[in-house]
Amino acid sequence: MEHTSPLERILRGTALTLVVIFFMFPIVWILMMSFQTNETILRIPPQLVFKPTLANYTALITGKLTTAAGTLDIAFMRNLWNSVFLSVTSVAVALLLGVPAAYAFARHKFRGSEDIAFTLLSFRFAPALLVLLPLTLYFQKLGLANTYIGLIWVYQLICLPLILWIVRGYFEDIPADIEYAYRIAGHSWFATFRKIALPLAGPGIAAAGLLAFIFAWNNFVFALVLASADKQPVTVGALAFITSSGIQYGQISAAIVLSITPTLALALYAQRYLVEGLSLGAVKG
Amino acid sequence: MTAATMQRNRPSGFRISKRVLPYVLSLPALLVCIGILIPFFTSVVYSFQRYRLSQPWARQFNWGDNYISFFTDPRFWNTLEISLLYAGITVLLELLLGLGIAMLLQKRSTLNNFISIMLLMPLMTAPALAALMWKLMTNPGFGVLSYLASLIGLQDFRWASSPSTALFTVVLVDIWVYTPFIMILLLAGLRSLPTQPFEAAALDGVPRSFVFFRITLPMLTPYILTATLFRLLDSIQQFDIIYAMTQGGPGDTLTVFQVEAYLNFFQSTNVGRSAALMIILWAITYFLSNIFIKNWLRLRERARGQA
Repeated sequence: MEHTSPLERILRGTALTLVVIFFMFPIVWILMMSFQTNETILRIPPQLVFKPTLANYTALITGKLTTAAGTLDIAFMRNLWNSVFLSVTSVAVALLLGVPAAYAFARHKFRGSEDIAFTLLSFRFAPALLVLLPLTLYFQKLGLANTYIGLIWVYQLICLPLILWIVRGYFEDIPADIEYAYRIAGHSWFATFRKIALPLAGPGIAAAGLLAFIFAWNNFVFALVLASADKQPVTVGALAFITSSGIQYGQISAAIVLSITPTLALALYAQRYLVEGLSLGAVKG
Repeated sequence: MTAATMQRNRPSGFRISKRVLPYVLSLPALLVCIGILIPFFTSVVYSFQRYRLSQPWARQFNWGDNYISFFTDPRFWNTLEISLLYAGITVLLELLLGLGIAMLLQKRSTLNNFISIMLLMPLMTAPALAALMWKLMTNPGFGVLSYLASLIGLQDFRWASSPSTALFTVVLVDIWVYTPFIMILLLAGLRSLPTQPFEAAALDGVPRSFVFFRITLPMLTPYILTATLFRLLDSIQQFDIIYAMTQGGPGDTLTVFQVEAYLNFFQSTNVGRSAALMIILWAITYFLSNIFIKNWLRLRERARGQA
């Protein structure tokens, strides 16, 4: 492996450069567009050097876009807030429900435990619309249509299987003997769970939570089907924004940048756990 | 505490809870999911009904009619063909690219680790938003990719808005988003392989291609299989990228299963046909996920063993 020829090194270098350009270019380009005025964006050929402006971001944050034709209301901040609220609460609920269940599946092989665990896992792979389309009709009857509660419930379809399977793996890695020892010392089951199991599986729980957050944030189809404008997260909101505002490309780019920043930041922060989480624990990173 | 009290303490409370506790712990999670299982059965019922939201009075069971009509329905065959084509092309290209990139980055170095972290960014971008990013870049008026295409002689290259290049465009976006997924799985796989066979091969001066096809590839197969099946399951159900990019258009060029079901439900309000489409897709994914889960479990056992 050490005797690489110069030609090979050049080829490898070129290939890697092309890879980096292909995967980084769209993000860099949209970031650049978000600091341009519409006039510079529309210029042909595209400009690499321009005078950056924060106007797009201020328009989004204040919710008022002043154009020659008058002022336009932008509800994008509302979408951003919806994304934050829906993702955070969904993950919190999924952790509350999923961590105890994961502990049960890891520690106790009870009747039907594997079947139940697999049923939960199979939600991860079933087509979303199979469940969502009839659910729209039910939600209308139940009064859950276009409510946060309804959305958070459906978001459990993404968050729960992920948390259950990743956290279960972490609980299985803790030797049961530590817990037995603590129990024998006279502590209750709950104290053992809280003082021993939870802290030991802590990193895994945190990683699963972060990943579930990213998946919830990136989800598109649930809110597209079940929510109307005032409850929509950024993924759906940005699409509506493009359709409604037509040519405000600078603001659209800024909206996209604001929408993808949280997940990118979290991913960089938690990248150590990503491989394991994405493969549901099948591959150790 | 004496030995006697320990003896007494341990069984009491421990055994009772041991029987009931796991059910208590997993019950809330189950209840939440049961609510979601009901619509699944509703879908099965709908798929055997003539049911249009626009004509609720004409709703009745027509048993297999929704399914039987598919045989003579060119729109259905188009859906099946485009779904399989989309899944096949994306997964194959992503696998080849992902494997290639993983091998380029295999050696642990600061630069390689940095690049592999950077490549995570497309994967963490919401697919719907990624589609919008590419939509901006392929805009015929000012899109940078349209401009670059015109530089290499492709005047008036219309990307997603032309039937002949729409599939190419959405496949490109899919590759941009999901190649990193295969790459990081295979990179983890490559780095976990034992080094001895490679050292021995290097000592013996075995040719590189032989090492790749006879050592690397066979040892990597479980990882490749897991990554491929995982992606295949997602790709055959792709909705976000295609819907955000073209809404299934132009015409019916990109009406893959989920997009077609969505359009049937909300535009032509044909609930019966929409449900039947989803049941067929579910049957395909059920078959795939069974193979996947078996393979995934084996790999998971191995990963746990290494921990």
